[in-house]
Parts: sequence; structure tokens; C-alpha cells
Amino acid sequence: MLKQCEGSHAVAATVALCRPEVICAYPISPQTHIVEGLSEMVRDGTLQNCEFINVESEFAAMSVAIGSSATGARSYTATASQGLLFMAEAVWNASGLGLPIVMTLANRAIGAPINIWNDHTDAMSMRDAGWLQLFAENNQEAADLHIQAFRLAEELSLPIMVCMDGFILTHAYEGVDIPTQAQVDAYLPPYEPRQVLDPREPVSIGAMVGPEAFTEVRYLAHAKQMQALKLIPQLAEEFQAQFGRDSGGLIRTYRTEDAETVVVALGSVLGTIKNTIDDLREEGRKIGVLGITSFRPFPTAAIGEAVRYCERVVVVEKSFAVGVGGIVSRDVRTAMREHPHPIYAVIAGLGGRAITKDSLRQLFLTVMDDKLEALTFLDLDWNAVNRELERERITRRSGPIAENLLRDLGVVAARVG
Amino acid sequence: MTATIVKFYQTGTHTVGNRLLDPEHRSVQADMRRTNSLNSGHRACQGCGEALGARYAIDAAMQATDNQLIAANATGCLEVFSTPYPETSWQIPWIHSLFGNTAAVATGIAAALRVKGRTEVRVVAQGGDGGTTDIGFGCLSGMFERNDDVLYICYDNEAYMNTGVQRSSATPGAARTATTPAVGAAPGNVFGQGKNLPLIAMAHEIPYVATAIVSELRDLEAKVKRAMEIRGARYIHIFVPCPLGWGTASNQTIHIARLAKETGVFPVIAAEHGELTKVSKIRKQLPVEDYLKPQRRFAHLFSPTPNLAAIAHIQALADRNIRRFGLIDAAPVGAAAGAGDN
Repeated sequence: MLKQCEGSHAVAATVALCRPEVICAYPISPQTHIVEGLSEMVRDGTLQNCEFINVESEFAAMSVAIGSSATGARSYTATASQGLLFMAEAVWNASGLGLPIVMTLANRAIGAPINIWNDHTDAMSMRDAGWLQLFAENNQEAADLHIQAFRLAEELSLPIMVCMDGFILTHAYEGVDIPTQAQVDAYLPPYEPRQVLDPREPVSIGAMVGPEAFTEVRYLAHAKQMQALKLIPQLAEEFQAQFGRDSGGLIRTYRTEDAETVVVALGSVLGTIKNTIDDLREEGRKIGVLGITSFRPFPTAAIGEAVRYCERVVVVEKSFAVGVGGIVSRDVRTAMREHPHPIYAVIAGLGGRAITKDSLRQLFLTVMDDKLEALTFLDLDWNAVNRELERERITRRSGPIAENLLRDLGVVAARVG
Repeated sequence: MTATIVKFYQTGTHTVGNRLLDPEHRSVQADMRRTNSLNSGHRACQGCGEALGARYAIDAAMQATDNQLIAANATGCLEVFSTPYPETSWQIPWIHSLFGNTAAVATGIAAALRVKGRTEVRVVAQGGDGGTTDIGFGCLSGMFERNDDVLYICYDNEAYMNTGVQRSSATPGAARTATTPAVGAAPGNVFGQGKNLPLIAMAHEIPYVATAIVSELRDLEAKVKRAMEIRGARYIHIFVPCPLGWGTASNQTIHIARLAKETGVFPVIAAEHGELTKVSKIRKQLPVEDYLKPQRRFAHLFSPTPNLAAIAHIQALADRNIRRFGLIDAAPVGAAAGAGDN
């Protein structure tokens, strides 16, 4: 049923339809509305056969999910940003143990300086943690991906992060089609664990493994993600058959057929990029966009095929590896081994800075002339940067960087673009 | 049947003869049906107090639950010596996740059992003092605070033994560890630091808190049994000497544990909902030197010259335990001079 609602509530309602048995949560913006919604549904009886546990930290949240998942319960949690870092050890543990936990990540910047707004640094910090990472473009897809995620996670016995942009999606009101319980039940069978803690059949889970088998155990984690590359499109197809909507999959292309320039991005910024591309297409520019829905596993072959005939690729990334450059762009480059076109990394939208159509248009015009640096920071205020660098050059005790910058700017939280 | 409880002591010891007791008072370990939950063949050191404590505790929990038990285990000696695949010693469903999250993993197990309607299956979490009083403390306190249906057992050997005997917040003052070496002006661990976790657990007002000691294994079994009669968060803190870390002879583990109790160094108590319900009395109080001298971790207190101040400090702490918990009915040794001083 189509419902005008907040992204968080759409996700909460959809997760509830997936019949989670244990939900554990610790509050962190911008994830809070999701778990608040679920808490209410458990309390008022809308969501039955579910334990909602208010834990004392994100580390505990993931640890409770590890315990409940290992005991055969469908387990869910949600977090963001610092919360994901705080649970990091347990994040790796959940994937290492092969526990199909589903977690919503309301993507948010990582401090210091503390910043509650959206970017993808949190997700990227865990890109090698052995979790599948699916990125939603809009609230409908955020909701839909959760249904697919439970199915996918449990078929593979691997945990999945469903990434949705904090505030931009979590707090945005859109029309979202919330499916019926019968539809979800038909798509998502009850959880049948591969391993379970049960006195009827005692097993030891999580014991030490030495050099004699560790490589093989780790390789199998990789092999399962490679299986997911086949499974994700299949499940998206089945999803379409069941729900009548095209959601999920590995990648999503838009006007790339004859494109000379292909923009690559993840998440909600794809909407703005599509609008910008529509304008440029009207002007006769051959440009298209490729959205990555499955960042882990990374759809190397699908991306390689999609960018095969273009002339250049520009990756718009909401995160970067300090000291190196783009993160997504480096993975995209591996997909272009056979057809190595120029590739540009553009770091944009950090800590909630708006990625505007004007900025994107200017960026794309520059890149189509091949006048872009290999690594660019969109809308970077060079004056502010240079003033601070100069201050540090002439003054030893130059003070806290963030405070200096804000004092120079003379405005506090007044500008997002 | 009505029975008068009669205690039969062997000459020269306080050991009660098992055969002479009625069945319900007999030791779980003496029962033909004991489960050997932590089976033989594991890799613990000779004389390991933790292995002994764990075997008694888990077998007792198994008997109390009709063998319906799942255990979560922190990283540490117990985890490492019992499991390297494929040689697990555990005869029960067992999971190791991380060092600091065992109480939370157990919470998750209990939640899953509840939602699946399998409340006859009970949950034990276990870890060493490092995994309990230090790195796992947040998760433990959270589990207590929520009153989750978990029995957490801490095997306290007073340092990080698995990594090579480093100081934990359960390491006593003056003890030599690899990170509190017996050198300098104040050799060994600092006095006045550390945590008393049984008291902290009592402050959470959880249904059951107890301490136990491997020299009183009947008492340990009885406390585990009592704990399994109760739902909600429960905590048992077991004092387990470590021959390797403490520098004691492998055949002295029981003796050292007994000395810890008889000197007042380690009070053996039980509490329900934050109130003390049971105290194991000291039969004959011994001076703390008797406990300290056989342990090389305290050797610097006696040689080359006795550190009388440090020994007196440890004696004062033991005396305080005796006063605080009423461990003996008569006045403690040195109480006339020391009472009220600290």
C-alpha cells in the first residue's frame, strides 16, 4: 500500500514485515527513528514473536545479534557512523562466524570533528569486514532492500548492511509502497540456520583456527560473496515478480547506452545526478550514470561491461581514503582493466555538504573536456584551506583546525552547499 | 523423608565424606551421570584453577538444568585451552565471539530462546577476570541492568594469564605481573586500585550474586545450583589460583585457594537482590603471610628484606573483609589495633 511516510518509518514497517525475532539497538542519529518505530511495534503488539532489547552500546547491539543469530533467531539492528566504529570488532566477528544478521546503516560522517550529517565514510570503513553492503537510492529501495537482504543473508549465511543516506533518506517523507505481510511471507521463508546453538545437537562455534585452515576459511567468505553476485540479480528478479517493482540488483544504469562519459555513484545522490544528466542530454551531451547498488560484493564484471564503450568515467564519492584518494573509484578502476579509460575521483558531499545540480553540471562539463584532475574535491573552499595552511606555517600554536576554519568563515551551520 | 544433616569430617581436614551423605547433598562430580561438560584432554596447565572451577560449575549447571544449557565464552585461557578446532572439549553447545562481549552474546542467546519458546534451555556466560572486570565490564553491567536471564561466571585468577600474566583490575596490590614488575620503589601492583566486582554486581541489585573458591567445591556446586533456580541476571565470581601466573606449585592450587579464604583475602559470600544472604565463615583465621609466601608473585615482599608495610596493608584489607562480611564470629587477628583504621 502506497503510504506517505518518513524513510525511517518505511524501513521500520518493512523490517517488521520480515518477522525479525530479535532486535537490539542503541540510539545514534540518524538511525533513531527506525528503531523507535520497531520498538513501538513490538510494544503495541503489531510485531509479535520479537524481542526488542535496549542495549548499552553498539558493541553490545552487534554482540546480542551475534548471540541471537547463532541461536537461530532472525536478528536485526541499525546504526550509523561512530556507532558502526564502536561495534567494529563485533562487525567482523559476525561475518567471520557466518551469521546472517541484517543491519541498517543510516550513513553518516565520522568525526572528529563530530558531524551528524550524511556521507559514506562509515560504510566505507567497513567495506572489507566481510559484510555485504547494499546502497539504496531512495526510500522505496531502502525498504525493498531489507526484504531482499534477509533472504540473501540467510541463503548465504552472511550478514548484510543496508546503507541508506542519513537524513537525506532516513528523515525524508516520500511515498513508499509498503507491501503486505502475505507478499513478504511468500518471498521470505522462515530462517533455517546452517549452524545453531542447541542442546539437542551441541556444537562449538567460534573456536580458534590456526594457519592450517585460516586461509581456506577466509577464502570461503570471499567465495560466498562471489556467489552473491549471481544470487543478487536472481533475488531482484524474484522480487519484481512478487512485488511488481524493480528494486535491488547489482548495478543500475541510466542513459549509459551511447554515453561517452559515465558517472558512477552510490545512494541518494543518484537522483540529483540523473536530473543533471537529463539537462545535459537535452543539450546533446552524451553522458549517463551508473549506480552501484551492491558495493560488496563488488560487481566487477557488470561494471566493466557497463563502462566498456565509454571514453571516461567519473566517480562521485561521499568518502575518501585520506592520503590516497577515492575509494569507490579504485574499485571501479579494477573493473576497467580490459578497457582502461581515464577515471576521475570526485569527493563530494562530505559531512552533509549539499551536492547541487549546479556544482554537478559544472563538474561534468569540465570532465567532458578532460580538464579535471584525477582527484577533485567538489566545492572545496580553497580560501579557507589556504588561510589555515598559512596560519600553521607562521604560527606554531595555531589552535584547533575546525575552530579556526569556522571563525574564518564567520558563520556557524548556516551553509550546507 | 526427614533426615538430620550430619557432617562427617575426615581426620585433619574439613572434607565431608560424600558416600555418607544423602543423594541430594552429594557432589555433582561424584555422580555417575555427571556430564563432563568440559571434557578431559584439553590443554590447560597442570593445576589450573580455572579448568577445575569451570568443570565443577558447568557440570553443576548441567545437572541443575537437566542438561539444557548453552554457554558463551570470552576470549582467554578457558577459551584457548579448551577448543582449538577440531579438538573441542565442550560437550555442550558453546560459542566464543570476542573478548569483551560475552555477556551481550549471552543476552542474545537468551532472547532467541525466549522468542522461540525454549525457556527450558538456560544460558551461562563465562570469562576470566580480564574479560569480566575490564574489557567486558560494559556489556556485563548492561546485562545486569536489564536483568537478562543469564548466569555469568567469572573465573578470577587476578591477571591476564592467556597473554602472559599482565595486570588486570582484579590484580591485588603488590602482586608482581608482567606489567607491574617487582622493581623500583613500589614493586608490584599499586595498592588502592582495582575493582570488587561481586560488590559492583550486588549494587546492580540483581537476583543473585555469589563468590566461590576451588577449595570449597561443594559450596561452588551449591551456588551454581541456587543460581539456576533463579531467573534473571546472576553472577558467580570464582577464585581460581593460577600456578603459572602466581608462581605456585601445580599441586598447591586447592591449598592456595583455601588459604585465600582462611586469611580473609577472598571472602566467600552470597547475596540476593543486593542483600547478603550467606557467608562462609573462616574456621581458623590465618595471617596473610601464610597465603602470600608460597606465591612467587609476592616473593619481593619477603626477600631480600621483608616489606612489612605492604604485608600490613594486605593484612588490613583481609581484616576489613572479615569485618565487612562477618567472616568470623570472634574478633580477627590484630583487630584490636587495626579496627576502624581503614
